[in-house]
Amino acid sequence: MAELVAVIASTHHPFYYRASTSTGADRPPFADEWVSKIETFRETLTRAQPDVLVMVGSDHFHQLWLDNMPQFLVGKAPVYDANWYNEEREFGLPRMRLQGQEDLSSYILREGLDAGFDLAFSNELRIDHSITCPIITLRPEADLPIVPIYTNIFAPPLPQPKRFVQLGRTIRELVESWPSDQRVAVIGTGHLSLELGGPRQFGPHGPDPEFDRRAVEWIASGDLEGCLAEVTLDSLHSPGNATHGFMDFMLMMGVAGEGKKADHVDSLDLFHTMEAYFTWYPQGLDSTGMAAP
Amino acid sequence: MSKYLLDKFLFTVDRDPELVEAYRTDPAGTVERWEREYANKLLNCHGAEDSTWQALSAEERTALAAHDHVRLFEMGAHPFLTLTLFIALFERDHGPLEYQLAYARAMEHITLPYPDIST
Repeated sequence: MAELVAVIASTHHPFYYRASTSTGADRPPFADEWVSKIETFRETLTRAQPDVLVMVGSDHFHQLWLDNMPQFLVGKAPVYDANWYNEEREFGLPRMRLQGQEDLSSYILREGLDAGFDLAFSNELRIDHSITCPIITLRPEADLPIVPIYTNIFAPPLPQPKRFVQLGRTIRELVESWPSDQRVAVIGTGHLSLELGGPRQFGPHGPDPEFDRRAVEWIASGDLEGCLAEVTLDSLHSPGNATHGFMDFMLMMGVAGEGKKADHVDSLDLFHTMEAYFTWYPQGLDSTGMAAP
Repeated sequence: MSKYLLDKFLFTVDRDPELVEAYRTDPAGTVERWEREYANKLLNCHGAEDSTWQALSAEERTALAAHDHVRLFEMGAHPFLTLTLFIALFERDHGPLEYQLAYARAMEHITLPYPDIST
């Protein structure tokens, strides 16, 4: 069976690419610290020596639109072109191209359907920055095949938070039962408190630092029970109007498992929204510091 | 009133560089043209399959023609779509983050709960 060698949860900040590649007067004062944290975070994936990446993100009204909106969708294509005109325009993101892992896509679709998730699928998917940002931060070589999984955190009515957690648990079961000798990392990105297009946007910190503090604690300690007891579709409006992206973190807590402490935890307090990075090694690390087995 | 159609305007204009520039320089004319040419377009389908019933309300037309992002927010347009398009329209006229902060300041009077964005 395949090995789940790393579980990684992260914010996806579209400004990282520009901040990290800019020089001279254009380079923001926080860029060096940000790059240093990202390089440490990247090392946590490198150490896992993955062959395949399952990438959980959320399309920002690029290919998925209100005339035909899936709640959970699995990409099943041999190739994924990536990033869109408006992401190039606003964030300076480069066009990218990633290979797909169709066998694992097929397995997740078939077994996921049989496990009670009526997953949508796409045979031609152009992915956006919710998936390319973690490629840029964690695997800039972009040399590993991926299985993209999109969730709807954006266009209400949304699935309940517990459904994201259940999907995370199911993704883990499916990866671990995939008949293959591949080493798989599951990487998912979401948000802490975030406001977009409202009065609290682009402040000196995220719109709700207290929510962010508690969220980091829930994720770092694997406190799914505490998190599910407090987070509802209604409650997520209060920390910021785009905070429903936190449910992708809850999905990743489902992949990592109840009560599982993250092996790597880091955060960076930026303007607009806080960055946060988490890595779990389900099999632990061996004596050389590489992910077992 | 149709939040869906407002969102469809923001979505289809934002992804088309020609429409972005047209909406920046001639908002009223672009809204009129969009309603004629795009409002009923079933995306990715041949023109013969167009819808027959989509129309903006007078209030929606006015808010779009006035580039009034505050009113669009109050009407329940999706705030991500509005923000992304308006940054494309106006960020170029301002210093770093100046436009985004002015955009937020114009909405200071708005308190929770925000208008429902469900379509």
